[in-house]
Amino acid sequence: MKNSCIKERLLNGIVKENPTFVLMLGMCPTLAVTTSAINGLGMGLTTMVVLALSNVFISLLRNIIPDKVRIPAFIVIIASFVTMVELLLQGFIPFLYDALGIYIPLIVVNCIILGRAEAYAYKNPVIPSLFDGIGMGLGFSVALTCIGAVRELIGAGEIFGVHVMPESYVPVSIFIMAPGAFFVLALLTAIQNKVKLTGEKKGRDMSKIQSGCGSDCMNCGEAGCGSRMADALPAPCADKADEPQKAGTDDEQKKGDENNG
Amino acid sequence: MSDLMKVSSNPHVRSKITTSQIMLAVVIALLPATGFGIYNFGLDALILILVTVASTVLTEFIFEKICKKKITIGDYSAVVTGLLLALNLPASAPWWIGAVGGVFAILVVKMLFGGLGQNFMNPALGARCFLLISFTSIMTDFDCDAYTGATPLANLKAGAEVNILDMVIGRTAGTIGETSMIAIVVGACFLILLGIIDLRIPGSYIVSFVIFISIFGGYGFDWPYISAHLAGGGLMLGAFFMATDYVTRPITKNGQYLFGILLGVLTGIFRIFGPSAEGVSYAIIIGNLLTPLIEKITLPKAFGKGGERA
Repeated sequence: MKNSCIKERLLNGIVKENPTFVLMLGMCPTLAVTTSAINGLGMGLTTMVVLALSNVFISLLRNIIPDKVRIPAFIVIIASFVTMVELLLQGFIPFLYDALGIYIPLIVVNCIILGRAEAYAYKNPVIPSLFDGIGMGLGFSVALTCIGAVRELIGAGEIFGVHVMPESYVPVSIFIMAPGAFFVLALLTAIQNKVKLTGEKKGRDMSKIQSGCGSDCMNCGEAGCGSRMADALPAPCADKADEPQKAGTDDEQKKGDENNG
Repeated sequence: MSDLMKVSSNPHVRSKITTSQIMLAVVIALLPATGFGIYNFGLDALILILVTVASTVLTEFIFEKICKKKITIGDYSAVVTGLLLALNLPASAPWWIGAVGGVFAILVVKMLFGGLGQNFMNPALGARCFLLISFTSIMTDFDCDAYTGATPLANLKAGAEVNILDMVIGRTAGTIGETSMIAIVVGACFLILLGIIDLRIPGSYIVSFVIFISIFGGYGFDWPYISAHLAGGGLMLGAFFMATDYVTRPITKNGQYLFGILLGVLTGIFRIFGPSAEGVSYAIIIGNLLTPLIEKITLPKAFGKGGERA
C-alpha cells in the first residue's frame, strides 16, 4: 500500500485537521472526561479503536449501503463496536471504565466518528479509511491527553497521577471542574493557531500542518474534508495539487485503484 | 475651515466627564469602605488590597505591552477592578489569592474580550467567583484576629441571633469591604450626588429583594430579619458598586429596572434556597450574562417606527 497516503492520512488526522483543535468536533467527551491526563488518553484511545474499526467496516460496505439509509446503517455499525469496546473495558480495564462512565456508550454519538464515516470512509477504500480513522483517533487522543495533562497539572498538581508541583502549591480546583475544560481548550487552541499563523507570516511552508480546508466545504473538493465533491475524485489522497513533494505518485495511485477495484 | 462646516458622525454632543474621572470618583467612593476594612481587619487587609490592585494594574499593562496595544492603565478602571476584588476577599486570605484573582479578572474576563467596555461580565465579580470555586476553603474562611466564627448571614441562615447594630456599623466577620453598611452607603451617596450612578438599579434591586424575602423568607415582613439581610453580606456593595458597572448593566431605563428586579429575585433565591448563605456575586454575574437579552426586549421604539397607527 502507498506509504505516502498512509502518512498523509495520519498527519492529516493528528495535525492538519486535528478533530479537537481544528475541526472542533466531539466537544462533549473533550470537555467532560479530560479531568486528568490518563482519562483523556483512555477516552482518546477508546474512541480511536471504535473509529478505526467503524471506518473499515463502513468502507467495506460502502457499495452495499443504500444512500438513503446510510446514517442509520452507520449508527448500527458504530454502536456495535462501541458495545464491544465497552464490554472489553469493563472486563479488562475496570478503573478506566469507572472513570469514563456514561461517556463510553456516548461514543456512539461522537461527531468525529459519524463525521469521518460520512466524509471519508463512505467514499474511500478500506486501507486509507483505516488510517484515516487511526490518524483522527490519534489526533483526538493527543488533544485529550494534552487538555487532561494541563487540567490535572493546574487543578491537582499532578501529571498522570504523579505529583510534580511543589508541596506548597495549592491546586486551583476549578480546572478539574467544567469551566476549567473550557479555559484549557481555548488556551491550547489559541496556542496552536498562533503557531500556525506566525509560521505563515514568516513565510515558512506551513502546508504540512495547515488545514487545507479554509472555507466553504461544498466547493473545496479536498478528499480529507467533508465535501460531497470527494465522490468525483479518482482515488483517495488525490489532493496532491498543493503538495508538490508528493507529485509523481500517479503510478501508485493507479495501483491503489486496482487494489480497491 | 470653521467648525460649522465640519462633517462628523454622531454623537455630536459629548459629556465633558471622562472615563478616568468616573473611575477616579468610584475609587474615592470606595475609600470609606476600604478604610473601614483596614481599620477593622488590620495590616493583612491593607497588604491584600495593595497586592490585588497592583496585580490588576500590572496585568493590564503587561498584556497591552505584549499585544502592542495602547496602554490604558491611566483610566483607573483596573484600579477599580482591583479594589472591588480586594474588598470581596476575606482578610485572612493569603496575598497570592489577590494576585491570582487580579490576573484572572483583567486577563481572562476583561482583556481577552477586548478590554474596557467590551467585557460581558464584571471582572471583579468574575474573578471572585473563580476564586470562590477554586479555593473554597480559603475564600470562606473569615477567621481573623478581630473576629472569629461565622458571618452574620451564615448565622442568620442557621437561625441564630444576630446583632443588627454591629452589622450596620461593620463590626462583624466577612470580606474586607462588605461588612460596614454605613461606609458603603456614604460612598454610594457620593457617587449619586455626582450623578455617576443613579438609584434605578440599586433601588429596584433592594426593593425586589426585600419583597422576595418577605414572601419566601419564612418570617413574613419581619423588620429585624429583613434589615439583617440587607446589612449582611455583599448586598450593599454589590447593589451600589458592582451591579451599576457601566459596561455590564443594561443601558435602557426599563432594562435597568428589570435588571435590578432580576438581581433581587436571584439573590433571594440563592440566599434562602441555596446551599450557601451568600449569593450576591452569582446573582450579579448571571444578571450580567442576561444583559444583552434585557436590552433587546426593552429597547425603546425609535420615533416614528412601529406602534399603533393613529
